[in-house]
Amino acid sequence: MSYHLINLIYLASATLFMLGIKFLSSPNTAAKGNYLSMIGMGAAITITLATPGLHGFAMIGAGVAMGAVIGGYAAIKVKMTSMPEMVALFNGCGGAASALVAMAEFRGPGSEFDSFTLIALLLSMIIGGLTFTGSLMAYAKLQGLISTRPITYPAQQFINGIIVLTTLVLASLLFRDPANMPLFLAILALALGLGVLAVIPIGGADMPVIICLLNSYSGLAVSMTGFALRNNALIITGSLVGASGIFLTKIMCDAMNRSLANVLFSAFGKVVESADDTGEGPAGTMKGFEVEDVATILANAGTLIIVPGYGMAAAQAQHATRELGDYLAEQGVEVRYAIHPVAGRMPGHMNVLLAEADVPYDQLFALEDINDDFASTDAVLVIGANDVVNPAAKTNPASPIYGMPVLDVEKATTVIVLKRSMNVGFAGIENELFYMNNTKMLFGDAKSSLQKLLTALKQ
Amino acid sequence: MDIGTIIIGLTIFVLACFAGAELISKVPPTLHTPLMSGSNAISGIAILGALLATGHSESLSSISLIGFLAVIFASINVVGGYLVTRRMLQMFKK
Repeated sequence: MSYHLINLIYLASATLFMLGIKFLSSPNTAAKGNYLSMIGMGAAITITLATPGLHGFAMIGAGVAMGAVIGGYAAIKVKMTSMPEMVALFNGCGGAASALVAMAEFRGPGSEFDSFTLIALLLSMIIGGLTFTGSLMAYAKLQGLISTRPITYPAQQFINGIIVLTTLVLASLLFRDPANMPLFLAILALALGLGVLAVIPIGGADMPVIICLLNSYSGLAVSMTGFALRNNALIITGSLVGASGIFLTKIMCDAMNRSLANVLFSAFGKVVESADDTGEGPAGTMKGFEVEDVATILANAGTLIIVPGYGMAAAQAQHATRELGDYLAEQGVEVRYAIHPVAGRMPGHMNVLLAEADVPYDQLFALEDINDDFASTDAVLVIGANDVVNPAAKTNPASPIYGMPVLDVEKATTVIVLKRSMNVGFAGIENELFYMNNTKMLFGDAKSSLQKLLTALKQ
Repeated sequence: MDIGTIIIGLTIFVLACFAGAELISKVPPTLHTPLMSGSNAISGIAILGALLATGHSESLSSISLIGFLAVIFASINVVGGYLVTRRMLQMFKK
């Protein structure tokens, strides 16, 4: 098997990966794209196994089998609502793999590295390592294993800065003495630590940005491995993933009108919930309504826009949402869904959940496509969304979310908000919407509220 | 590594970044989660390096053990990533 043939197959694989992403431009072709991508991966793996002089097939087989069983089981079992956690975990595995490959290469026979290879290996190990621990932290936050609120301590940025500097200094020392194992392990340990420390001060609602960014890092780590191994398949694929992650990171940041630096360093959402949970707010009192009242409003509405948020995912309420939407549509109500880019815990989170519940995707509208229609809409049903419908983003320059593009739900005739309790939302920001005259609050678990509404409507 | 190889590698990297950005900007927001999990799966391509490290010699060594670990992690990433993407895309396919 010649080196050139292997490289040609790698090129074919990279082409299939790109086609796979191209096919994702439409929901109709997307599934096909995923298969093309799989074929590309299969071909690359197969041809690599045919590399002359490769040994240890038993070990390779065992490793692949173990990984496939673990990954396959997780992928089949995971609930759609837990997709952000799952993606974070898989991403962490990718980072770990890159870091380990760099380590193995480092230990390789005749480890006489030129400086370029050494830089690539070090970057691969550092980026891969921090992607691994950073993703684990993101997973822990999303799962609620550790506090979703930012964890801060004095001089946090200063300490992180020192760690980065130390890593750089140690890395430069390694140039003089590439065989120095303790030095190498120290750099690895610092990278792992940095991943943890960089993610813990970031709040749960900012996890969409972090998952995208870590996704991008895992791609970058792969590219660096590719440089070190002189493997074009790795370079191309890594840069595709890197570009995809950065692109989504930017979309998420823009959707919150915040810079990436602000997301990473500002400990947003650190505000401790105020003791003011009495329902007294800036513009009056929250008006809690009964299921029957809300059902009457829905039954009499000609047009309805449903706005889902993280609360819908948390309550596993996507099926109940669709059942209610379908029933109203049968009764002649025009039902549409408005999806804010940062609703949920990862890009496209709401779309996946609604697709799982069989909501046709042509009923889903992005912020810019539907925002002008709220003014002419009879009723809006907000299901567990908060900051993305907060009018303070438009009216209150003192609000932490001022300037963030939000859905103009308050312009509709009636706004119904399904909310678990009177507590403030994640960012700890009061939401004037809840106190407005045309807003009717329905407190309780989103899923059971929706089911009760449906029962009331059917009577 | 000679400077020519480095420059070719960097050229590929830069061009692929732009190609990637171009392709990805065409993906609609509805498919952003599958895009993440799908691109996540292909980042498991590091498995190629892991395979080569594991099988680099006949005898068991620290390198092949590290490679073995890398194979496990990369396989989780590849298999899990593709399957979960497939599951999601099946739901969109109607």
